[in-house]
Amino acid sequence: MTDWLEKHVPKLVLAPSLVAIFVFVYGFIGWTAYVSFTKSRLLPKYDLVGTIQYEKLAASPRWEVALTNLAIFGILFILFATVIGLILAIMLDQKIRTEGPLRTIYLYPMALSFIVTGTAWKWILNPGLGIESVFRDLGFENFSFDWLVNPDLAIYTVVIAGVWQSSGFVMALFLAGLRSVDGEIIRAAMVDGISTPRIYMSIIIPSMAPIFLSSFIVLSHLAIKSFDLVIALTGGGPGYSTDLPATFMYAMAFSRGDIGQAASSATVMMMIVTAIIVPYLYSELRPRHD
Amino acid sequence: MKKMLMVSSALALGLATTAAKAEPQAEVLHWWTSGGEAAAVKVLMEEFNANGGTWTDMPVAGGGGDAAMTALRARVLSGNAPTAVQLKGPSIQEWYEEGALGNIQDVADAENWDELLPEAIQYHLKCDGDYCAAPVNIHRIDWIWANASILEDAGIEPPKSWDEFNAAAEKLQGMGILPLAHGGQAWQDATLFEAVVAGLGGTEFYKKALIDLDMDTLKSDKMVEVFDQMRVLRGYVDDNFSGRDWNLATAMVINGEAAFQIMGDWAKGEFIAAGKEPGKDFYCSSPTGGGYLYNVDSFAFFNVDGDDRQAGQKLLAKLTMGKNFQKVFNLNKGSIPARLDVSMDEFDSCGVQSNKDLGTAIEQNALLPSYAHGMALRGAQAGAVTDVVTAHFNSDMSSQEAVEQLAQAVAASQ
Amino acid sequence: MTDLHMNDTHMDDRANRNRLMKRIALRFGLYTLLILFALYYLMPLFVMVVTSLKSLDEIRTGSLLSLPREIDFSSWGKAWSSACTGIQCEGLRPYFWNSVLLSIPAVAISTLLGAINGYVLAQWRFKGSNILFALMLFGCFIPFQVVLLPMALTLGALKIAGSIPGLMLVHIVYGIGFTTLFFRNFYVTIPTELVKAAKVDGAGFFRIFFAIFLPVSPPIIVVTIIWQFTQIWNDFLFGVSFSQAGTQPITVALNNIVNATTGVKEYNVDMAAAIIAALPTLLVYVVAGKYFIRGLTAGSVKG
Repeated sequence: MTDWLEKHVPKLVLAPSLVAIFVFVYGFIGWTAYVSFTKSRLLPKYDLVGTIQYEKLAASPRWEVALTNLAIFGILFILFATVIGLILAIMLDQKIRTEGPLRTIYLYPMALSFIVTGTAWKWILNPGLGIESVFRDLGFENFSFDWLVNPDLAIYTVVIAGVWQSSGFVMALFLAGLRSVDGEIIRAAMVDGISTPRIYMSIIIPSMAPIFLSSFIVLSHLAIKSFDLVIALTGGGPGYSTDLPATFMYAMAFSRGDIGQAASSATVMMMIVTAIIVPYLYSELRPRHD
Repeated sequence: MKKMLMVSSALALGLATTAAKAEPQAEVLHWWTSGGEAAAVKVLMEEFNANGGTWTDMPVAGGGGDAAMTALRARVLSGNAPTAVQLKGPSIQEWYEEGALGNIQDVADAENWDELLPEAIQYHLKCDGDYCAAPVNIHRIDWIWANASILEDAGIEPPKSWDEFNAAAEKLQGMGILPLAHGGQAWQDATLFEAVVAGLGGTEFYKKALIDLDMDTLKSDKMVEVFDQMRVLRGYVDDNFSGRDWNLATAMVINGEAAFQIMGDWAKGEFIAAGKEPGKDFYCSSPTGGGYLYNVDSFAFFNVDGDDRQAGQKLLAKLTMGKNFQKVFNLNKGSIPARLDVSMDEFDSCGVQSNKDLGTAIEQNALLPSYAHGMALRGAQAGAVTDVVTAHFNSDMSSQEAVEQLAQAVAASQ
Repeated sequence: MTDLHMNDTHMDDRANRNRLMKRIALRFGLYTLLILFALYYLMPLFVMVVTSLKSLDEIRTGSLLSLPREIDFSSWGKAWSSACTGIQCEGLRPYFWNSVLLSIPAVAISTLLGAINGYVLAQWRFKGSNILFALMLFGCFIPFQVVLLPMALTLGALKIAGSIPGLMLVHIVYGIGFTTLFFRNFYVTIPTELVKAAKVDGAGFFRIFFAIFLPVSPPIIVVTIIWQFTQIWNDFLFGVSFSQAGTQPITVALNNIVNATTGVKEYNVDMAAAIIAALPTLLVYVVAGKYFIRGLTAGSVKG
């Protein structure tokens, strides 16, 4: 008996968490997928009606905008947050005297929710109040920065605010990576007279491949979940030009009382998530030989 | 269903006599959270508590009630519905159809609501013929707010039709004055749109288009004209309007940066807070020519367990319709009382005008439930219309294309 | 930052001086860039702080970035104790404690669960454990809007709807994925021989955990706590959906102050309230930021 217990204790310890995850993640995904085949309105109903919701979704111009925006936002957000995070980390790694305070400054946006910073960003990006008007007051009459109010460009302001919030965290990841690179190799390279930029390009950065992967995962999870950001900054506007799948789904479920439609969009979202995450998990967890 | 209703009203009648024993409890979900609004609802809480009840406040602001509706759905699904909820329009009937709403017919009978409320308003508050919600106010939506001194300088009268409005706006633009202050949020675009529909098309057209969702009307040439007018209005708005909160647009009119704003009567609160006087510093007029676009806020009563909470619902319903609350609340909120027998003596000129126009509109059958504020259509349908309206207003979409998209979107939402 | 204009025809000491100049120029450029970035990051906070100290009149008329003419702290007091969040005008104070009561146990429990899960998945692998880990990780990516309705049904069935324990459960469940990831990736760097040796010495599962693993864990515990605390403290969606009168967290109250739709807006109070609501997380980042990087360095980022 005690032997059996001793042998299975790891599994028993893991069990509560697993049960919770199975119910609250996979059970709920299943529930949502089921509801997406019903005509649920204000509250869920369980009579199946086939794929009507998906046909409606495919025909909806707003959903198309939301998906396009997710692609634009996702790619630019991940790209810029990674690049800026990396640059900041490399710069901070140059034995900067004020590293502590600077690091905190770069990192603090992660501590704030967009309910908090949304209004400030809205003002800063607003042409009549923020950057544009400040520059014009300074005498740059032709300075123009009106992305927030331009339906074609508003999604890029969402990128700016998103990068602001998350690049500090990426910086922290990279900084940690830089600090754990083997100092011996770098010293050897320096003795060989290789220039600093080249050391970074050909030795240090390639050695941080796992960190690129980690930050990619953190950022893509933030991109897919981005919701507060859009609600606080643009409310999805002008028009619905900055809608993302998460805001679309929320609007359908809660302001429109169209839970069936919301569930179908959520299911499509989950499929996108799966397509991105499963390959990562596979590569990450396959047996290694080290 | 019928049978259940009879049983429950019989029970309720029995309760009415025993209600005094169970201490009334009410947890009230609402999104009146700003200072002025909170002061207005507080009157109700004080009356409620003075009558032996205990009021528990459950405020959830944001997105014009979106966040509150999220909370409500979670509460109902978890079998823990609030006692009373700020709800309005067809969503009351929608919740009723989901089996979530209770019944306050006995209170309505005792207090004679059928006599006190305009018939059009009663319609919104009844579920299968019985009252299931109590009205708080009547907001008028189709107001043009105008800066008095700008109008005087330009020699313009407050416009009473869209033609007059366009003429005034052209003149102002010629003088280098911004004609229209507007906030580019979907609900504000929709607010403009319905005022244009009612003004250009008239009351019958409005009813067919935005209440019945009649396809021929939605695709008609008149609707193309409506979108043309929206495009014209877009030309009167500054470049920075996107995402602007409505109160900032109001501030532009107050400060003389713009001449007009089209917004419901809550905008009056901003003028008054800035020390302005209606009829002197600012004007209110309607472009709909006799039509009256309204929004009635109300408390809907959900199915709850426990004598104390059911007693709370009845007491709350009674007090909500009380003369004192109806007066004080609406003086604070800018709207007018829902019951017709409240004295308008203490109300300002815009409030009195609103009340007078309401009377005329009732006679002429020109009371129009606001689509933009969730009085005319169910959520999914109203949302489908708004998607098109806001997409048109914020792009260079042609009116013809907008009409086609509108018909498609409405058909898909049925 | 690149050495493009090397000119090798010059004399040695000239070249040396050049190199020195270049180094100084480079340093100067580096610091300038860092400061420019710092300004970009600080701008929203600056706008918020400055606005919270202005009077409403000044906000309406003045420029966004200008300093207040007169510093006025009254909006801070109002946000904390007398701003209306509904009928009650008690400011953020009561809600602040709700958030504290909610987040401390939720952070502690999810961290503990993450530690023990990570320990199992890193050091006591069994057949299929990697797949289970993958399934847990996938849970991190579920958009929270998706789970609101089934969660409401479940909380109702468990009879903890609207209560702080119910809200805690939600946060713990959706935090497990991340906390497990952090600890698992940290413990994976510890050689498995250690466990084997301890087993030979007769130590059991828990003994090894408490005697060997927990003592080396502070860096990753800090990372996990910072992450979880930020998530839970800042959450609005769960807070608004699964609370009722009396259990609403601070973000809901903040939202009630900031997002009132049809009333007069007091932007200075809004901003002061926003900063107050953010203070605990800001404090955590400022105080523990150093350990955050250190904890990440200590292994959590190694895939």
